Amino acid sequence: MSIPNDLRYTKEHEWVRHEDGVFTVGITHHAQDQLGDVVFLELPDVGTAFSAGDAFGVVESVKAVSDLYAPLSGEVVEVNEALVEQPETINAEPYTSWLLKFKSDADFAKLLSADAYEGLLKAEA
Amino acid sequence: MSLKRTPLYECHLEAGAKIVPFAGYEMPVRYTSDKDEHMSVRNDVGLFDVSHMGEVFIEGEEALKTVQMLFSNDAQKLSEGKSMYTGMLNDQGCFVDDCIVYCFSDRKFLVCVNASNRDKDVEHIKTVAKDFRVEVRDESEDWVQIAVQGPQARALVAEFTEKSAEISPFCFAELKMNIGDKSVKTLVARTGYTGEDGFELYVKNDEGKALWNALVEKGSKYKVACCGLGARDTLRLEAALRLYGNDIDENHTPLEAGLSWTVKLDAGNFVGKEALEKQKEAGIPKRMRGFKMLARGIPRKGYAVQNLEGKNIGVITSGTQAPYLNAPIAMGYVDTDNAAFGARVNIIIRDKPVEAELVRLPFYKRDEK
Repeated sequence: MSIPNDLRYTKEHEWVRHEDGVFTVGITHHAQDQLGDVVFLELPDVGTAFSAGDAFGVVESVKAVSDLYAPLSGEVVEVNEALVEQPETINAEPYTSWLLKFKSDADFAKLLSADAYEGLLKAEA
Repeated sequence: MSLKRTPLYECHLEAGAKIVPFAGYEMPVRYTSDKDEHMSVRNDVGLFDVSHMGEVFIEGEEALKTVQMLFSNDAQKLSEGKSMYTGMLNDQGCFVDDCIVYCFSDRKFLVCVNASNRDKDVEHIKTVAKDFRVEVRDESEDWVQIAVQGPQARALVAEFTEKSAEISPFCFAELKMNIGDKSVKTLVARTGYTGEDGFELYVKNDEGKALWNALVEKGSKYKVACCGLGARDTLRLEAALRLYGNDIDENHTPLEAGLSWTVKLDAGNFVGKEALEKQKEAGIPKRMRGFKMLARGIPRKGYAVQNLEGKNIGVITSGTQAPYLNAPIAMGYVDTDNAAFGARVNIIIRDKPVEAELVRLPFYKRDEK
């Protein structure tokens, strides 16, 4: 199961990319595999401020409703509206199907490395 | 309590299924994708392991009388090789379970029960059967049940037994299926839980794997797909087939559930009849309705239904994004005063009202060919 090395991860199975002070978040391959076909997304509006661990969105598959949790404290700067229209893209391409971008002054290194996330998956299996 | 496995468990693992606990069993929830499996059944043919379902035999001199007392539907219209869908009710007229009853003769019946209800069903059946000269046998552990569902189901099953083509809907026959060099005694029933044409095949445990593998192998030319509980649920929901524990339970009567056609009040006495007669006279307080969303959102089990003034008038019992219809759909109960077809209501999704319309069930009905 693929876990790209250039991303960081949360124990809620989200991935985070850091580029020039902007953080991009999505759900992992493992998350989409557990959910099954993703059919619905509910994401916060641009400008919404949140704290790390807040439930800040919802992803629904055919079978399940799951909260999305803020990986770090921050503020939404962009939402992937195209993905909201075609949420099934997440199943095919979880690591390019980003949900939203946020700005944050939190420490990116607090998040799990690819190795640590792989360890978490093994522990849960 | 440790989970049980059906005799086909290894077949599912080999096919790469994701396994989940369901009704005390480790069952395949999906092999590839809920949507793909769903579409295979609508367009081609799908296989389901439904061995977790229970098989209870009622046999003896007064078997017909026992069946008449146990079930709300009319057992008199059954004859050899016919089956019926029916409620099994308690004294309050509410569902102990919903079942398919197969008639071998007026001395022998098979009741197919839900896995989650099996223990209480057997107890209920035995309690009612005490007054009659019959034997009740729970053979649930002895049978593999495979559902073959979809427009190509008849062609696929005919590969193993040509006589299956002669079985009418809701009828069954005990046939010899040719599997490899063996001839396997199979109860072939033209029943199902998907809204498609198809069969449910009952064989003894020892024959289960060979039958499953043969169906997979011969099925390739019909584009067969192994299907899990995920697709089973969305298929039955598009066809508005009720799910015990969601849509019907010990607090709801068949009159409320939109299943009056399974209640024959003129056909003789049965457990729950008096309560249903009273409810009919007093007025049925709530009704099962379909919901069509008018705004964005997926209705789910347990979500509240309100009228446009914000008063609670009902609850969703099943809901999903329907793969074939490609739309969110739901079923649920609405107070009779507010249950007019076409009425606008709000479904409360994560504390927000989302507008929907009350519609007739089912959502999907296959073209009769």
